[in-house]
Amino acid sequence: MMKTLFTNARLIDPEAETDALGWLLVEGETILAIGTGEAPPAETKIDCAGKCLAPGIVDIGVKVCEPGERHKESFGSAGAAAAAGGVTTMVTRPDTCPAIDTPEVLEFVTRRGREASPVRIKPMATLTKGREGREMVEIGFLLDAGAVAFTDGDRVVENTKVLSRAMTYARSLGALVIAHPQDPGLSKGACTTSGKFASLRGLPAVAPMAERMALDRDLALVEMTGAKYHADQITTARALPALERAKQNGRDVTAGVSIHHLTLNELDVGDYRTFFKVKPPLRSEDDRLAMVEAVGSGLIDVISSMHTPQDEESKRLPYEEAASGAVALETLLPAAMRLYHAGAIALPRLWRALSLNPSRRLGLATGRLAPGAPADLVWFDPDAPFVLDRFGLRSKSKNTPFDGARMQGHVLGTWVAGKPVFEKG
Amino acid sequence: MTFRARHLLGIEPLKPDEILTILDLADEYVDLNRSPQKHSDVLAGMTQINMFFEASTRTQASFEIAGKRLGADVMNMAMQASSIKKGETLIDTALTLNAMHPDLLVVRHPNSGAVDLLAQKVNCAVLNAGDGRHEHPTQALLDALTIRRAKGRLHRLTIAICGDIAHSRVARSNILLLGKMENRVRLVGPPTLIPAKATEFGVEVYDDMKEGLAGADVVMMLRLQKERMDGGFIPSEREYFHRYGLDAEKLAHAADDAIVMHPGPMNRGVEIDGTLADDINRSVIQEQVEMGVAVRMAAMDLLARNLRTARAGRESLNV
Repeated sequence: MMKTLFTNARLIDPEAETDALGWLLVEGETILAIGTGEAPPAETKIDCAGKCLAPGIVDIGVKVCEPGERHKESFGSAGAAAAAGGVTTMVTRPDTCPAIDTPEVLEFVTRRGREASPVRIKPMATLTKGREGREMVEIGFLLDAGAVAFTDGDRVVENTKVLSRAMTYARSLGALVIAHPQDPGLSKGACTTSGKFASLRGLPAVAPMAERMALDRDLALVEMTGAKYHADQITTARALPALERAKQNGRDVTAGVSIHHLTLNELDVGDYRTFFKVKPPLRSEDDRLAMVEAVGSGLIDVISSMHTPQDEESKRLPYEEAASGAVALETLLPAAMRLYHAGAIALPRLWRALSLNPSRRLGLATGRLAPGAPADLVWFDPDAPFVLDRFGLRSKSKNTPFDGARMQGHVLGTWVAGKPVFEKG
Repeated sequence: MTFRARHLLGIEPLKPDEILTILDLADEYVDLNRSPQKHSDVLAGMTQINMFFEASTRTQASFEIAGKRLGADVMNMAMQASSIKKGETLIDTALTLNAMHPDLLVVRHPNSGAVDLLAQKVNCAVLNAGDGRHEHPTQALLDALTIRRAKGRLHRLTIAICGDIAHSRVARSNILLLGKMENRVRLVGPPTLIPAKATEFGVEVYDDMKEGLAGADVVMMLRLQKERMDGGFIPSEREYFHRYGLDAEKLAHAADDAIVMHPGPMNRGVEIDGTLADDINRSVIQEQVEMGVAVRMAAMDLLARNLRTARAGRESLNV
């Protein structure tokens, strides 16, 4: 089999938590060996020029708008954006139209992904039929069809009985339930976080406490049912003690946070800039700093892009009426570099949250720089500066909050299963 | 003259001397409006379109009279009835109107920030006539003019703003304006109707009406928005009137010469006692309406001057 040698690479190993120069040898689809000093022979050699080589990013919660809204994003465009952003596995969201709630729709998505996307697709399915919060989906069939997790996306299952049954059933199959912790009553109609800024702008707001209230409920259900649970986005400091307690008590609980909640705060909305409207809404600077610290300490396990394409029409509206969400597959890595350059989180730690932890949580073999692991790799220059132009993005939708932002971090190349899927021209 | 802005979207971006420029000019227009020949030609040849996406009687009438007295061609568009019903977006509506070459666009919209959004898409002057819960700048300016004329100054006064602060754009604009002019502002109302982190606005917050009014020079009542009653913000109108409705007994806690204001329309017997509202010794509610026309004339006059300057500049550059 073909061997490819990456030499002179700054190897970012999230498992060993090391960041050192060395070489990495790939044979076929897997990593064969890693070392320093004298490199073994290989047919192809790639000189990494001292830049970083890390496991490809595994992104939980990517919205590809197929089926239903292909004008916003397709597997082809999302896959190209992912490859250019160093994302080698997209864990796709089921909040499409129709929702991915049957094995048949899931198979469609899997097939479309295989045909059109250069990076791996791991689909999630809804937890309840039509995301309506009334009846659980066919969790067993969907698992067999390849669903890696079950979530109703940003819709909260309000009926606690429905959720407890779904979690109980999911536990018997070892299925992962992903929830969006947000008290539905308090957050209804809200598009900002309550505080001085929301009051000044006169926008309907939700108290940060709504996140903790919903997390508390979910964690009580985890205690009751023993289910495997992941909170998609924890964004407020007040939710952290509950999460920490659940982990200390040995519950099978993990949590994620979006890159936007780690790098932006509520004030970025400025004069009603709808590209900054995300769900949950951007938080205070204190909350942002607490989230960065929680990722650094490992309390929050996963960083996601929460890639949500929206076309111009759904964003060019008064703030309250505009759609939520931001595209982020291509900006995830450079935005994450802000945390590295700020000295907040070292690269191996960052890659735990971007690659190793999400892989482990979903039972995937990716996320590691170790012999035998899949050769899903990203080669990047963490320092290279650029100004982001949203019209240069590969996503069909251009709704990024980082338009015009000065960023650092260029992806130089991306490999999936040993094959190059992106090379910087 | 120090007012250089292109639009009047809110009080937030204004500096104190800009506020005073508007008020000083408005004083002149009060005199004009009281004269028999209440007409000027400063807006002659200009087109003013009033776009109201939300029902309004007084504000729209006030803007219309203001424009007509200044000689503008004024057109009213009741937007709730027209294109938005047909699914046209706000931006398309703006672009359509823009193609008709208006000079002044007066906009009211139920969503906060909608007027800012619209202003980005047109090349005329835009006046915010109220957007959602955000701002209502001409209301705050007319309140300021009323206060200045009644009290002889617009600084170092104690002003109590009472009632439904949370849902009120009038309150936001007034808090900002009165704060900029270095007054002591108090917010008085049930805690469910006080916005989050209100104390960070540099105001004092009271939930007891008598304490909140103690020694106040100005008592500004807000309308209790009846449509908010469904939200369960207060238990009932009668309990609200009992605790927060302004009557002679509560007003007795304010300064002896305190004036009573209300942006209208009033709910008599809910937030204000009818007799008190009509008491010409205390209530300046009718003056507020009069000042409204003058302030809007001043604001449109200044914006039109800036618009002419900007257009002349573009022409001289040949672009």
